[in-house]
Amino acid sequence: MISIWFFIGVSLAVNGALILSAGIYQLIDPPADPDIVLFNLHANLWWGALLLILGLIYCVRFAPRRQS
Amino acid sequence: MMLPLASYVATQLVHLSSIDIVIVIFYFALVLSIGWYLKGRANTGEGFFMAGREMTAWVAGLSFLSANLGALELMGWAGSAYQYGILATHWYWIGAIPAMLFLALVMMPFYYISKTHSVPGYLKLRFGEPSRALSAISFAFMTVLMSGVNMFAMAKVMQIVLGWDINFSIWVSSVTVAIYVTLGGLRSAIFNEVLQFFLIWAGALLIPILGLYEAGGWANLKLQIAARASAQYVHLWSGLGSFTANPMGIHWTGIVFGLGAIISMGYWTTDFLVVQRILAAKDIRSAEMAPIIGAGFKMMVPFIVILPGLLGLGVLPEKLVPESAAAVNGGHSFNDVLPLMMARYCGPGLLGLGVTALIAGFMSGMAGNVSAFTTVWTYDIYRPLINSKGSDHHYVNMGRWTTIIGVLVSVGTAYLVMQFASIMDYVQALFSFFIAPLFGTVVLGMLWKRASGPGGFWGLLSGTLCSIGMWAWVKVDPSALRYVALSPHAKGLAQDMYQALWSFLVCVILTVAVSLLTEPTPDEKLTGLVYGLTRVPSVGEVPVYQRPVFWAAVVTTVFLVLNIIFW
Repeated sequence: MISIWFFIGVSLAVNGALILSAGIYQLIDPPADPDIVLFNLHANLWWGALLLILGLIYCVRFAPRRQS
Repeated sequence: MMLPLASYVATQLVHLSSIDIVIVIFYFALVLSIGWYLKGRANTGEGFFMAGREMTAWVAGLSFLSANLGALELMGWAGSAYQYGILATHWYWIGAIPAMLFLALVMMPFYYISKTHSVPGYLKLRFGEPSRALSAISFAFMTVLMSGVNMFAMAKVMQIVLGWDINFSIWVSSVTVAIYVTLGGLRSAIFNEVLQFFLIWAGALLIPILGLYEAGGWANLKLQIAARASAQYVHLWSGLGSFTANPMGIHWTGIVFGLGAIISMGYWTTDFLVVQRILAAKDIRSAEMAPIIGAGFKMMVPFIVILPGLLGLGVLPEKLVPESAAAVNGGHSFNDVLPLMMARYCGPGLLGLGVTALIAGFMSGMAGNVSAFTTVWTYDIYRPLINSKGSDHHYVNMGRWTTIIGVLVSVGTAYLVMQFASIMDYVQALFSFFIAPLFGTVVLGMLWKRASGPGGFWGLLSGTLCSIGMWAWVKVDPSALRYVALSPHAKGLAQDMYQALWSFLVCVILTVAVSLLTEPTPDEKLTGLVYGLTRVPSVGEVPVYQRPVFWAAVVTTVFLVLNIIFW
């Protein structure tokens, strides 16, 4: 049976990758008039990377083949 | 008089980018996939209703917490923090931690040893059929109302944040929950709750981090709140010596005895919605550790719920108003503070994750209600009162149909809830009706072997009627609040605290009195159900750091330190 932690890893990794890609896009092509506060911190860049790394760790650690 | 939500014209706060929409759609696809994957493991009664009783302590513990981390937690308490300040944290600390530890160390062994399917099921074993019927019917009633509250809150936030049609939100979320719970039963609900727990943290944690950065740290935030509201908004206990010295209009006795000793004990130890997750644990040590793990994380939840409310008070340029004022004059209400903070800090991608966190919170609460309702209906109402001769397969089918019907009833309830003035006060009133007396009955049943069947039934019934009676009295004559809550300055939440306290006392007094006047239950019938007649199995030969008592002591220490820091 696939571990619940594997599903969580997939969720974090996919969401992290999507958020990171949005962050990279905004870094390359920043909006002229950002509509959020603290845009200069580029939170989606580092938060997305963090989620992606955490998700990949879970995916590898709880991969179905490894568990069985 | 509150206007119905339908007449509330909200201004859309944010627009989702395509990447945000992909994140939301991915979430729905994942939860449905989990339900589909688990459908083969829900073909027996134990598999469908109890998740096979094979959950680890971590899965059961996070699910236990996540089932409670629904709409009210995320949006309602952030709004309460804006309205009442840090006092709202009491509902997470003294209003949860002692009760969770009490459940783990004192009550869980009896639930677990009795192998009951539900809390009403325990009452059947301990007090007989009438107590079970009363408890099961009241629980089922409360559960569908709670589920409707969740849907209402979800649909409202989607309308405010995204401009989504309220009917669309209700139906999409409810159909999704119906599918994955119908397919995979409690196991599917638990798996998705653990997933939702992670998503909620991933989506909500950035708001307090960025908010504290913007405010210049906690010390600066306190100064801003003192300037814009009152210095009392950041003190947990120092303003509770008098009803008039704090924003909530409550006395410390209400918090300690009403909330800490009765309402929270009732909710966390006898509300089957949360207890069901622990009953699915694989062994006694996991069953005891699960609420302790839940308590550890519960202490941290104010960071993503209460702190955003306080940050809203400190940094938002506009002043939020009560819901009734927002409906009449426009502007945003207290309950909008979390989406407003999200819109303030979250760009593309993060916004999608934040919205997903909200949806996940709403759906986990709804799934928790539906799965608990299904079990209680099937095992505690349908089987004993309607059809006691069905096969295991028949009851599983009944569970699946009940899931669908429960969701439909909840949808109807969601539309009903729109007529009520305040989500929070409404739910608190419900807790007071049923939970406080139920706690009195269950705890006496577990700890006092002389409590008899008639004593349990009449105590539970009188406590519930007392609670409803006090609520109705104040509704008809608001000045009666001075008698119920001991002060003319008391407000809604304070009323609920004292109402719970009185109904608990009535329940206990009646239970004791009737028990002493009726025949005691023979000891042999109470083995495994009552303290003193039950041999509690050991958690096994494990090191100290793996023992539930050790971690309960750690959680207690952190709990005390936090209360002192924010005194």
